[in-house]
Amino acid sequence: MAEVEETLKRIQTHKGVIGTIVVNAEGIPIRTTLDNSTTVQYAGLLHQLTIKARSTVRDIDPQNDLTFLRIRSKKHEIMVAPDKEYLLIVIQNPSE
Amino acid sequence: MPVPQKPGATRTKQDDDDHGPDLGDGADEWMQGKTLLKPPDQLDLTEAELKEEFTRILTANNPHAPQNIVRYSFKERSYKAISSVDQLAVHFVLEGNLLHKDSDEARRQRAKQGLPEEKPVDTAAVETDEEKAETPGDAGEEVGEEGGADERPDSEEVKPGQKERKLTNQFNFSERASQTLNNPLRERECQTDPPPRANFSATANQWEIYDAYVEELQKQEKHKEKQKAPSTKKEEDKGKKKMMMVEMQSDDVSKVSKAAKIVERMVNQNTFDDIAQDFKYFEDASDEFRDQEGTLLPLWKFQYDKAKRLAVTALCWNENYRDLFAVGLGSYDFTKQGRGMMLYYSLKNPTYPECIYPTTSGIMCLDIHPRLSYLVAVGFYDGCVAVYSLKEESTQPIYKSTAKSGKHTDPVWQVRWQNDDMDHNHNFFSVSSDGRVVSWTLVKNELVYTDIIKLSLEGSPSDGTEGLQLPTMACGTSFDFHKQIDYLFLVGTEEGKIHKCSKAYSSQFLQTYDAHNMAVDAVKWNHFHPKVFISCSSDWTVKIWDHTIDTPMFIFDLNSAVGGVAWSPYSSTVFAAVTTDGKVHVFDLSINKYEAICQQPVVAKKKTKLTHIQFNPEHPIIIVGDDRGYVNSLKLSPNLRKKPKEKKGQELPKGPEVEIAKMEKLLSLLREPESNTN
Repeated sequence: MAEVEETLKRIQTHKGVIGTIVVNAEGIPIRTTLDNSTTVQYAGLLHQLTIKARSTVRDIDPQNDLTFLRIRSKKHEIMVAPDKEYLLIVIQNPSE
Repeated sequence: MPVPQKPGATRTKQDDDDHGPDLGDGADEWMQGKTLLKPPDQLDLTEAELKEEFTRILTANNPHAPQNIVRYSFKERSYKAISSVDQLAVHFVLEGNLLHKDSDEARRQRAKQGLPEEKPVDTAAVETDEEKAETPGDAGEEVGEEGGADERPDSEEVKPGQKERKLTNQFNFSERASQTLNNPLRERECQTDPPPRANFSATANQWEIYDAYVEELQKQEKHKEKQKAPSTKKEEDKGKKKMMMVEMQSDDVSKVSKAAKIVERMVNQNTFDDIAQDFKYFEDASDEFRDQEGTLLPLWKFQYDKAKRLAVTALCWNENYRDLFAVGLGSYDFTKQGRGMMLYYSLKNPTYPECIYPTTSGIMCLDIHPRLSYLVAVGFYDGCVAVYSLKEESTQPIYKSTAKSGKHTDPVWQVRWQNDDMDHNHNFFSVSSDGRVVSWTLVKNELVYTDIIKLSLEGSPSDGTEGLQLPTMACGTSFDFHKQIDYLFLVGTEEGKIHKCSKAYSSQFLQTYDAHNMAVDAVKWNHFHPKVFISCSSDWTVKIWDHTIDTPMFIFDLNSAVGGVAWSPYSSTVFAAVTTDGKVHVFDLSINKYEAICQQPVVAKKKTKLTHIQFNPEHPIIIVGDDRGYVNSLKLSPNLRKKPKEKKGQELPKGPEVEIAKMEKLLSLLREPESNTN
């Protein structure tokens, strides 16, 4: 527990990291470093996207699974780590 | 024979009666005429045959019925044999002459014979005025006969022909007897609760079905396991599961630990993207113009806040995961000994160690098991050796030597894993300044030690007659085991001597080299050439030896105390050394036998001393540790790892031989002048 907290803290203090969000299986953010509205928006959209992405991967091969989702945009990189029940979302500005 | 009238019939009966008494009289006559009466063609039958009984079975079948009637079947449009034949045979038909009194014929007969007809007369009609007067007598009779049959209002029609039969009303006719009470209809109902209903809808796709199957399979397996276990345990399990569920809901973030670790690496990858690109792709273009010299490109710098005050005392790459290395931290300053630390770093995450093992005593050396890369042997300043397992959750060692189990009395300067022994137990060697080389075997839950050799001060231990005095022991500071010859190993001592020893002889050195004037900091066999080894010392020199010759083949003076030296894994003639003035020296003997082809300071501050160096077994990078707890990774420029490409292209498969030959060529050149100088 403490170890995870520490890791999350390290990630957050890392250069260029804008925010980290932990989302549960229902798409409800349970931990965030961003403001409320942004968090809700990110959580809702990325949760759906992750489900869709996983569905795509698994439709192609049911034995396969989604392990990671990296979205590189002009401004940010959004990293989504789907765990069994939770999603860990980290938004980073890599050019910073 | 026509049967006569009844009187005739009676007469025949009388005749029959008459015959009865006659029979007795004519018996003899009959017996006598027996033979005479016999027809000529009669069969002669024996008594037995005559007495034989023939059984006749009477069946209901008509013997005259035809068996083969065929009829045309319109249904099937063909002639079909009729299987069922009429079996009825009529033998006698007699028309009777009796008539029913009420039938039409009887009436007609009566009319013919002139018998009075009993005319049915309507009683209701009787009530009409005219009739009352005319047929009062008849009416009474007819009431019994056809009472209530007629209720017609227009009975006038019948009146004129009284004799004719009255017709019943065809339209409104009902018999009184039929007017019974109808059973009243009854209705009984009851209402029940509607069965519960629920709407369920879902989409199923291939992987959901797959998941369901997998889950089912796991359930079945669990079920099997449960069946084995006693039933009480089942309930416990269930309880546990529920507890788990509850816990999982509350205990949120610990679930993402793995994901968090990966994300951390990704964040680092983004942050240090340029370094990662350099690591993979950058080749110093200026090397081409620099003739033979090369450069080192600094890559990641590994640091950990809690290890800042400690010196890097050991470095070791993991052979299986070649981005992972272990760092031992302690102190070389013997007045400031204290805690130590072992860290595992990955190139994927330079900002934070993968694993952290704090220790109470300073670490002086460590070695990762070449095959079982989760095992790491560690030597401490306090003389203990320990084995850590990365598989264990705790930060405590799984094995540790104690004062009882033969621990060293002085700092352990080097540990090295060995091949498993005959009983397949893992074992490693250690060397310490107390002068012992000890073999440690991991047996179940303890470390079993065996003294391999005790280093005596003067040459071979058998020479001296001492033994009572402790200081006569030499202090071992480093050792290395021969790559091919299992028993052969070298020990460097604080006195500057290098002993060639065998595991088989615990009291004798095979050879002693008078190598250095100060402590031997490192001694290493060449990766390719079986005869060559290198040694370095705080007396500023690095020496290369042929173990069959007492004197060094090469001597390099680096103008500063040499902390560590390492052969490169890709070439037999390349090695690198670090000095306390913060410089890394890279040599390639096949290019320059006298000077380093790269000599580069790699630390920011002048005072920082470099302590150790290791080549990555796969990538062209080196890591160097300094006395501030930092580890730097450096990329070797193309010149430093130059291979004779035009030759190499063809001889790649037999690389080792080529490397040996390369070294051998150098040595043969040297042997002659070397003898001259001596």
